[in-house]
Amino acid sequence: MDVLIAAALAVLQPHMLLIVLLGVTAGLFVGALPGLTATMALALMLPFTFTMDALEGLVALGAVYMGTIYGGAFTAILINTPGTPSSIATTFDGHPMAKQGRALEAISIATIASVIGGVVGVLFLLVAAPPLAQLALKFGPSEMFWVAILGLTLIGSLGTGSVLKGLLGGAIGLLIGTIGISPIGGESRFTFGWPPLQAGISLIVALIGLFVIPELLNMMRQGRAALDADTGLGNSGFRFGAAMTTVLSKPVNLIRSCLIGQIIAIIPGAGGSITSLVAYNEAKRGSDDPDSFGKGNPEGLVASESSNNVMVAGSMVPLLTLGIPGAPPDAVILGVMLLHGLRPGLDLFAETGVLANGFIISMGLAALMLIPVGLLGGRLIYQVIKRTPHYFLVPTILVITMLGTYALRNNLVDVALMLGLGMVGFVIRGLGLDAAPIVLGLILGTIAEQGYVQTILGGMAMDIPQLRLLENTLSQILIVLTVAVIGWTAWPKRTRKRE
Amino acid sequence: MTKTKLTPFASLLGAVAGLALAVPAVAQDFPSRAIEYIIPFNPGGESDITARMQEPMMEEALGVSVNVRHQPGGGGAVAWAEFQGNAEPDGHEIIGINLPHIVGQPIQRTDAGYTTEGFDIITWFHFTPHVLVVRADSPFQSLDDLVNFAKENPQSLTVGGSGTFSGNHLETLRMEQLTEADVTYIPFTGTGPLPAAILGGHVGAVISNSTLGVQMGDDVRVLAVASEERLDVLPDTPTFRELGYDIVGGTYRGVAAPKGTPPERIEMLANLFTEMNTTMAERQVPMGFQMTDIRGQAAIDLLARLRDQYGDFLTQ
Repeated sequence: MDVLIAAALAVLQPHMLLIVLLGVTAGLFVGALPGLTATMALALMLPFTFTMDALEGLVALGAVYMGTIYGGAFTAILINTPGTPSSIATTFDGHPMAKQGRALEAISIATIASVIGGVVGVLFLLVAAPPLAQLALKFGPSEMFWVAILGLTLIGSLGTGSVLKGLLGGAIGLLIGTIGISPIGGESRFTFGWPPLQAGISLIVALIGLFVIPELLNMMRQGRAALDADTGLGNSGFRFGAAMTTVLSKPVNLIRSCLIGQIIAIIPGAGGSITSLVAYNEAKRGSDDPDSFGKGNPEGLVASESSNNVMVAGSMVPLLTLGIPGAPPDAVILGVMLLHGLRPGLDLFAETGVLANGFIISMGLAALMLIPVGLLGGRLIYQVIKRTPHYFLVPTILVITMLGTYALRNNLVDVALMLGLGMVGFVIRGLGLDAAPIVLGLILGTIAEQGYVQTILGGMAMDIPQLRLLENTLSQILIVLTVAVIGWTAWPKRTRKRE
Repeated sequence: MTKTKLTPFASLLGAVAGLALAVPAVAQDFPSRAIEYIIPFNPGGESDITARMQEPMMEEALGVSVNVRHQPGGGGAVAWAEFQGNAEPDGHEIIGINLPHIVGQPIQRTDAGYTTEGFDIITWFHFTPHVLVVRADSPFQSLDDLVNFAKENPQSLTVGGSGTFSGNHLETLRMEQLTEADVTYIPFTGTGPLPAAILGGHVGAVISNSTLGVQMGDDVRVLAVASEERLDVLPDTPTFRELGYDIVGGTYRGVAAPKGTPPERIEMLANLFTEMNTTMAERQVPMGFQMTDIRGQAAIDLLARLRDQYGDFLTQ
């Protein structure tokens, strides 16, 4: 307890609070720009942290991380384009709310949900890091395979369209994921002898291509899906109190989303991209009125935004206790720690408890800081987007996304691929295919392939190596869950039809 | 910290100034614009962190800005291919290079897009020898324990590492060849997942860089290190050679310029990287890095040695 107090005192210094404030603010704007990711923001911060002491550096990175993940919600709500992969699910209900003139309400709800998620993640980290770390270690290759399969079953129930179209989208995503050097084996696949394709299609390239470009083309075609079509609610301020009531009125949804966020955060490699999708899906499944999801139900927004902000501190569990980066931005934080001579592990808490706990507490502060920064920054972004005519807005966003895509890997090929996928995305959206299943297939296909091949390789001494997939208890639990989800997707529809 | 840094900076400035006097023609026109320093890997990795430390020192010494850019993909191949195709050979564009990657990929892939010889190597400034690591509670107390088990139980011991036909993989193959142990290599994507694989018991052992062995501390036992002499940071770990196996290998990190860059600029940059090594040693040696300065003919010989060592595995 003494350590905690000392840590709190170390962080509650004026200059530390300033670092948190600046970090969150910078992160918010980076996150709001499609194509600029949390990893990139942290990498850009790296040189600045060299001039700081270890705690200051980590506090700055934590604050930027928190701000970025939250910032992704703005563009998701206002222009239907997720600023970061972790806000894909935010578009599902956030943007419909905006179209109904409830943009500011949606921003307020997203802010409150993010703050709660961020603080819950910090509490988990302070209280339950060691047992959670042990759980994280249970996810070996075969478990990762089943996690990916379980994730793929989401496709059946995600979105509003038909299951068949969802599965088709997922299959397209799986195929896109096979382009490039295979994660295991090292062969080049589908590169057609063209060296740049060795890098494969990055998730962000697909995300921007499939979500942003079709949306921009849509805006050009139809004018803007008007934020200005006021229903009289949009301009009535943030309705902070009302938003708070909305968030807290469904405590089960909030708690469930936070738990899902925390569990997925500790699974190494699954990362934040699918956290919000899983939480959203569970919110929909658990609701009395699942059909209202995707049409502006605040519950979906709460699920997405609370779960993805839990992940920020949540993914620090394997990082701080075991030195395992749970998500790509964590790799940068790990690098900074090693450079300052800090060795992640339980020793970190024993030997440098003030620093470790100070870092954790600062992330809680960063989460709280989202309220003023988010509400002010949110109003600014809202006003800018609302007042800019779509013939300025579309080219501006297009240029920003192209810059973002280029900056991702400093590769022009990525920009070309993004635009190409954008055309494909526009066409298939016209055919009723959603982008989310494609992106999900792309993320999970790689994880599944890796888990499968690693498991089989490990069983080379056995007669039937495939049996290793069924060996562990955790794998068996995941298989049961998968079967249950498939059953759930197929069953109620049939009963409904009979009625 | 800042104060101790100033002295090497000053000496660095002195060194560069001295060099400028010796070769005035170079000093006048080089560097005349910002230096582009490309890192073909993701942010947060060892190559990235090193470049980020070098960046301010280079700016100070050269008096121009230095842009560190990431261009990850294909295990480095995408950036190397583009660099050999497009970079200006005037010393203003340099790129991080790694061994055995740049030897292995062109042999193993038909469309790597670059050649091993297509660089003017400035210097190899880092070496992280391979280490063979088991979890602290593993029954294997020594390399012999592990080798004997793997001989008696063919293929049942799993050894994790980063990538296929990567340095880690090739070293595993070489270890199998020399020790007659029969293990199963399990590739992971990068070094990041390896701590989880070993702590979670998903693999029986890991072959990785010395930095991982140092980073994981008491959670693991490092059975052997593939360097010529024991590492100061792992004093109790024997070398493979001490144990009777001629295995010396690991990851070399360096920088290269495009083929045809003026040699005096290459030399100037090589001196600069070596100077920076002395500053970085303070932080990086305790992390498990070995600071090296392998340049000129020695750098080319190193490529040949690695090709001899690993070439057979790659062409099989």
